[in-house]
Amino acid sequence: MTLSRCLTLLLVALALAGCAEDAPEPKAVRSKGGPPAAGDALVTGSIGEPSNLIPILSSDSASSDISGLVYSGLVRYDKNYKLEGDLAQSWEVSADGLTITFHLRRGVKWHDGHDFTSRDVLYTYRVVIDPKTPTAYSEDFKQAKTAQALDPYTFRVSYAKPFAPALASWGMPVLPAHLLEGKDITQSPLRRSPVGTGPFVFKEWIPGQKVTLESYRDYWEGAPYLGRYVYRIIPDSSTMYMELKSGGIDQMGLSPVQYQRQTDTPEFLSRFNKFRYPASAYTYLGYNLRLPLFQDRRVRQAITCAINKEEIVQGVLLGMGQIAHGPYKPGSWAYKAQVADPAYDPARAQALLREAGFVMGRDGVLAKDGKRLSFTIMTNQNDQRVKCAQIIQQRLKRVGIEVKIRVMEWASFITNFIDTGRFEAVLLGWTISQDPDIYDIWHSSKTEPKELNFIRFKNPEVDRLLDQGRGTFDVAKRRACYYEIQEILAREQPYTFLYVPDALPAVSSRFRGIEPAPAGIMHNLIKWYVPKQEQVH
Amino acid sequence: MANYLLKRILMLFPMMLGITLIAFVVIHLAPGEPVDMQTSMSPKVSAASKARLREFYGLDKPLHVQYGLWLSNLARFDFGRSFAPDNRPVTEKIVERIPITLSLNIIALILEFGLAIPIGIIAAVHRDTLLDRGISVFVFVGFAVPTFWLALLCMYFFGVKLNWLPISGLHSLGSEQLPPLARYWDLAKHLFLPVVIATFGSLAGLSRYMRSTMLEVLSQDYISTARAKGLRERAVIYKHALKNALLPVITLLGFSLPAMIGGSVIFETIFSIPGMGQLFYMGVMARDYPLVMGILVIGACLTLVGNLLADLCYAFADPRIRHGRG
Repeated sequence: MTLSRCLTLLLVALALAGCAEDAPEPKAVRSKGGPPAAGDALVTGSIGEPSNLIPILSSDSASSDISGLVYSGLVRYDKNYKLEGDLAQSWEVSADGLTITFHLRRGVKWHDGHDFTSRDVLYTYRVVIDPKTPTAYSEDFKQAKTAQALDPYTFRVSYAKPFAPALASWGMPVLPAHLLEGKDITQSPLRRSPVGTGPFVFKEWIPGQKVTLESYRDYWEGAPYLGRYVYRIIPDSSTMYMELKSGGIDQMGLSPVQYQRQTDTPEFLSRFNKFRYPASAYTYLGYNLRLPLFQDRRVRQAITCAINKEEIVQGVLLGMGQIAHGPYKPGSWAYKAQVADPAYDPARAQALLREAGFVMGRDGVLAKDGKRLSFTIMTNQNDQRVKCAQIIQQRLKRVGIEVKIRVMEWASFITNFIDTGRFEAVLLGWTISQDPDIYDIWHSSKTEPKELNFIRFKNPEVDRLLDQGRGTFDVAKRRACYYEIQEILAREQPYTFLYVPDALPAVSSRFRGIEPAPAGIMHNLIKWYVPKQEQVH
Repeated sequence: MANYLLKRILMLFPMMLGITLIAFVVIHLAPGEPVDMQTSMSPKVSAASKARLREFYGLDKPLHVQYGLWLSNLARFDFGRSFAPDNRPVTEKIVERIPITLSLNIIALILEFGLAIPIGIIAAVHRDTLLDRGISVFVFVGFAVPTFWLALLCMYFFGVKLNWLPISGLHSLGSEQLPPLARYWDLAKHLFLPVVIATFGSLAGLSRYMRSTMLEVLSQDYISTARAKGLRERAVIYKHALKNALLPVITLLGFSLPAMIGGSVIFETIFSIPGMGQLFYMGVMARDYPLVMGILVIGACLTLVGNLLADLCYAFADPRIRHGRG
């Protein structure tokens, strides 16, 4: 869960890692044209360049796209977002929920031929929690009390108290101990030429141009059909789109305009398959709850009533998305479909504001005790968000609320306004993590400067439910907690949840074997293939 | 002459010190720190790990200590390590990008001077005729059209519609397997649009400059004398007038030196050319202090050297300056 900085980047990332429970209208993917054949290359475009291919040292989406193919973790999410074994063949959680024992897969080899064993897992754990390692991912692992390699193929970790997100945290890529142990990881050559256990082997990285991976013959699930995976760095999205049309790349995440208006030609559709499924992200309008104005729940509810979310989805996303009611992705197991959040109803908005003591002033703006109902929405330089703010501005004006919009560069925005609490309302987005634990964003203990509950939402009931939800591995119990949290958020409206956009990838139609699923299309990359007679690279 | 040279070189040192100070202050004034850029708004990062990152980069020390450290390293030509997660030496990152920016800019510069000088001369000689006006319109169109827009149109037309030229990047996929000659041809095709469009955009400045200095020289008495003694017009223009009209162009050449490694963000982004402009832009966006300061210092120093070289060339070409009399 990182606040998405730029939606274009986000969409590209999501096209690769995206997900959905019920993919709407999965278009028939062509499957005729010959049996699976090895060979050819998948060329994909990326706005950003990877920074560091040792996954624990980087946090950008380009780096994780590459390292996700080169490395593997103990567990992973399958196409339906269930955890399954990857390097771990199986695992057991003890009855008290405090100990997890992983049984590792035998016969897995690193790309350089070394055997993979529990020593690698133990090393990875140790280096992540090592205070000298400049990593951003140590938090989940610091919850662990002890970790031990019982034998070369058994790894056990125990916790002080039950911690539900722990299991998923072991999806973290395992690093090769034989190449890193005893060395300074920040200076390791693996930063630029990684060695992993994943389906693709690193081949070369030409700075600023491309990263090339090759099929790993000894991958434990079987070698990928695709001979190569080429990751081209194309910093401009219009250029990337032209590269797609001219055949320079085979795959990219489209924008709603490109998906709806520019690619609906027979020529394009004959050369590409388009996919569409909800992305793991939502956009919201958040209120600074330090301010007396927004401490009144009726004001927050009134603003939600005054905003027509459907209109935003149509206007900003051209319909390529859906209305959000809460912090979860529609269709995921923690998502509650029916919550009692305020629907679009300007009359009710006005009634609520009257009830809160606001009267219409002569200038058409509501006021209370001589103070006009006016506030500023801040957002970062992101076209979709700015448009969204403008639509909201128009809607709120009709019920008598004056809105100003301020757009800022990301770094200044975060340091000068979010971290200091000097804002009124913000229009931003979160990516939705696969585990429903949203402790960091909503728990009252996370309201210090630089923490993520920057709107200062404090609700004892939500706190209790969040603690309870991460304290058990029982899915039914967890679901009950998160359902209730969604009800409270719907009632309280600390955010007005706006929309969940769709991921809109297009892939050249010469690639077969693509299987759209809730988790997107990349989950079975190793099964993609190009029939012999259509191979071009 | 030697005296003059010595004085100029000595003057460079205080200026360079000033440059380092400004470079340091400028980037530290920008809100946000490199650590924020890597960790802000990520739930998996605790305050403790942020503090650890700050310590790793030396950001926990007071500013003047940071400046002192950086300066003493700089004196040993050590630009430090990038604050990006890859933590590579700044020099390595710059050296990796310089060849492409430099060669692209040199080709564009040769084209620019090679075209703009004759264009300026023709415009001056045919002053106020239809030809002069036509040239003006042409070069100003190049100047006024936003290059990114023109670039996108050309990419669409030549790349997508006609499929004559590649859209972006430097090499085609699989060009590594081609014979050397074919590989150069592949590179040339990739560079064609960027070079041509960059040149088109920069013709106006130099050609107008050339036109006005040429006009000034043509109105001098000695040109009338040359004509009066019956020299052919070609000899008057290319032998007598051009030599003097070219003098101020030396200054412009000097100014182009820093631009050669500067690169353009918009251009490099559109054409996916991994050059210096992009590197600098990304450095600023990520608040990568050592990288940004490194590029600023190198750019500023090149400007100084460029000015010095231009002055020296000037002195060499113009005896009035050489002997200290104007």
